[in-house]
Amino acid sequence: MTQLTVEAGRTERQYWRDLWRYRELFYFLAWRDLLVRYKQTFVGVSWSLIRPLLTMVVLTVVFGKLGKMPSGGSPYPLLVFCGMLPWQFFSTALSESGNSLVSNSSLISKVYFPRLIIAASSVITSFVDFLISAGFLVVLMLWYRYVPPTAVFLLPLFVLLAVAASLGFGFWIAALMVEYRDFRFIVPFIVQFGLYLSPVGFQSSVVPGRFQLLYSLNPMVGIIDGFRWCLLGTRSKIFPLALAVCVVEVAAVLVSGIIYFRKTERTFADVI
Amino acid sequence: MSESAISIEKLGKRYRIGHQKATDEGMRHILEGAIRHPIAWFKSRRDARVREVDFWALRDVSIEIKQGEVVGIIGRNGAGKSTLLKILSRITVPTEGRFRIDGRVASLLEVGTGFHQELTGRENIYLNGAILGMTRAEISRRFDEIVAFSEIEEFLDTPVKRYSSGMYVRLAFAVAAHLEPEILIVDEVLAVGDSAFQKKCLGKMGNFAQSGRTVLFVSHNLDAVRNLCQRAIWFKGGKVHQDGQVDEVAESYFTEISSNLDFSCENPDYGLAIQRVSLRNSRSEETSQFHPGEDLIVDIDYLANQRIEQPHVILAVFGINGSCFTANMLLDGCRPEVLNGAGRISCRFKAIPLLPQNYSIRMSIRTKNADMIIEYQEVAHFSIVGNLADYGYRGAFLSRSSTSTPVVVPYEWSLPDGTTSEVSLTHPPQLESDESLKLARQ
Repeated sequence: MTQLTVEAGRTERQYWRDLWRYRELFYFLAWRDLLVRYKQTFVGVSWSLIRPLLTMVVLTVVFGKLGKMPSGGSPYPLLVFCGMLPWQFFSTALSESGNSLVSNSSLISKVYFPRLIIAASSVITSFVDFLISAGFLVVLMLWYRYVPPTAVFLLPLFVLLAVAASLGFGFWIAALMVEYRDFRFIVPFIVQFGLYLSPVGFQSSVVPGRFQLLYSLNPMVGIIDGFRWCLLGTRSKIFPLALAVCVVEVAAVLVSGIIYFRKTERTFADVI
Repeated sequence: MSESAISIEKLGKRYRIGHQKATDEGMRHILEGAIRHPIAWFKSRRDARVREVDFWALRDVSIEIKQGEVVGIIGRNGAGKSTLLKILSRITVPTEGRFRIDGRVASLLEVGTGFHQELTGRENIYLNGAILGMTRAEISRRFDEIVAFSEIEEFLDTPVKRYSSGMYVRLAFAVAAHLEPEILIVDEVLAVGDSAFQKKCLGKMGNFAQSGRTVLFVSHNLDAVRNLCQRAIWFKGGKVHQDGQVDEVAESYFTEISSNLDFSCENPDYGLAIQRVSLRNSRSEETSQFHPGEDLIVDIDYLANQRIEQPHVILAVFGINGSCFTANMLLDGCRPEVLNGAGRISCRFKAIPLLPQNYSIRMSIRTKNADMIIEYQEVAHFSIVGNLADYGYRGAFLSRSSTSTPVVVPYEWSLPDGTTSEVSLTHPPQLESDESLKLARQ
C-alpha cells in the first residue's frame, strides 16, 4: 500500500516517483493542447505551415534581397529556414510554457500532480509544430535538389540542445509568471527582439570577429549555427567556442530552472 | 478496520493577506513617483509589503481517521475545511505540522476540474481521468461504466460546451467516482446537479464506504452528512470545534447556524469597531428566519472612536450561486455625514423575493475615497422558510427549488390559449406564523 508523509518545511521525497507515475499526463496535456489548438479555425493544421512559410519569405526578402547578406553558397530561403526551425520552436515553446501555469490555474488550485508536467508538456506541443516544419524543410531541400552533408546525423544532438534550452527557459519563466505577471509582457518582447538578435535571417559569420564571443552569449547562436552546419554543410561555419558557451549556458539554465521551479512549486496554489 | 488511514498532527496553514489600501494610482503615477522621489517611492513599495498580515486558515489541527471510516466535515465558509482538504490532497503545503496517509488518495475538490470546453465528452473522460491520476488502461477499462453512470451516451461525441450544466456535472462526477481509490476526499461538489443525480452520487459514495474504504466528505448539506457518515468534525475558525458522532455534531452545528452569527470586528487604524450585526423582521423581532416577501432589516451597531467622515457601507446578500442583491452606498450615495461615538446604521430590504434556502450577508465599510476600513466579510446568516405552495407554486418538481437560482423577480406567463398567470414571492400570504414556521423547520 502506498504511504505518504508530508511534513511542513520538508521537501517531498516522492516527487520524482510521482513524476513517473503521472507520465501519461504529459501525453494527455499535450494531446489536449494539440486537439484544441485548431478547433474552429478554417484552415486548421495548415497554420503550423503557413506561419513559418510566410516568415521565411519575409526574412529572405528583407535580409537576402534588400540587405544583400551573404548566403555562403546555399539558397537563401534554405539558409533562413534552417535558422527558423530551431528559433520558432524555441520561441513558441517559451511563450507556451511561460503561460502554461497561469492558463491552467484552475487545475493547479484543484488537483495535485507534479507541476513540471504542465510546463514540459507545452514544450512537447511546440515540438509537434517543429516536426511539421521539419517535414516542410525536407520538401524544400528536394525542391532545391540539395543533399545534406553526413553531419546531418548529428542533428538530433542539436535538437536535444534546443529542447533543453526551451525546457530550461520555460521552467524559469513559467515559475516566475505565477508571481510576477510582468513576464506576460516580457516574453513577447524577448521573442520579438530575439528574432533579430539571433542569426535567423542571416549567418552568424556576418558579425565582426571581435564581437563573435559576445554574440555567442546568446544561446540560440550556437544552436542555430549547429542546425545550419548539420543541414547545409561546411559552407556554413560553426564556431566551437560559441557552441561550448551555448552548451554550458543551456545546462546551467536547465538545472537552475528545475531547482527554482521545484522551490516555488509548493506555493503555486496559494499565489496563482 | 482499526488501522489508521489518515493521521494529522498539529497541522497549520498560514496565509499572508495584503492589507493594501485601495489604490487608483495608474502606471503613469507610479512611474512619475519613482522618477521624482526614487528613495521615498522605494520605501513606500517596501512598506506596502510590510502591511501584509498573517492569517491562519488552519491551526493546530490533529485528527485521526481510521480505515473504512466515513467522516463528514462541516463548518461555515472560511472555517478551514477547504484548506484542510487542499493540504491533504497535496495541492498546497502546510506551514506547520505533519500528516500521514496510507493508501491511494483521490480527491474531488471541484466537479469537472480540467474539463476542456472544446473537447468532446469522450475526450474529456480520458483527459479528466489522467488529471485525476488514472492511467490510460484504467480509463479504457472503466469507460463503459463511466458512460453508463453519467447517462450521456448520445452526447459522447459532442463538445462539452454544448452540454447542459446537469450533463456536465454528471459526466464529471462519473469520472471521479470511478477512480476507485482507497481514500476518497470530496469537497462540496454535490451542491450542483438535480436531486435525482445527487441521490445517485450519494449512493455511489455510500457503496464506497460499505466496501471498507475511507471517505472524507465536506458538505453544507447536513442531511447528506447525516445519511452518509458515522462521524462528523465541525470546523470553526481554523480549528476543530467538535468531533464525534454525526448526530450530535450535526445537531449542535445546526443550532448554531440557525441562530445568528455573533459578529464583531474592528479596525484600530480608523478607530472603528463593529459591535454587532443583527437581523429583524418587519415586526421588529430579532430572528434569522424569514418568509419570502417579508422585509429584512439589517442593523449594524458601531462604535467610532475617531471621527469618520462620509464612510460608505456596502451590504450584499449571498445565496448558493453567489451574490443576489446589494445595498451599496458607493453607488446610491446615501452615506452618513460623519460617524462619531456609538450608533446604528440600518438597512431595510423590502419584500425580499427569495426562495426558501440559506443565505448569508456580507458587509464592508469604506472611507470617503473608497479605501477599505472593514474588509468585505460575512456578518450574518439567515434562512428563508415557508411553503412555496402558499405563494401559488404548483410545479411537479417543486422539490428542486432548493437548488434553483434564489432571486425571483415577479413575472407573468402568457400562454398560447390566452391565459396568463402571475408568479411572485413579494406578497407573503397571511401567515399562521407559528405553524408555518414549524412546518418549514421540518
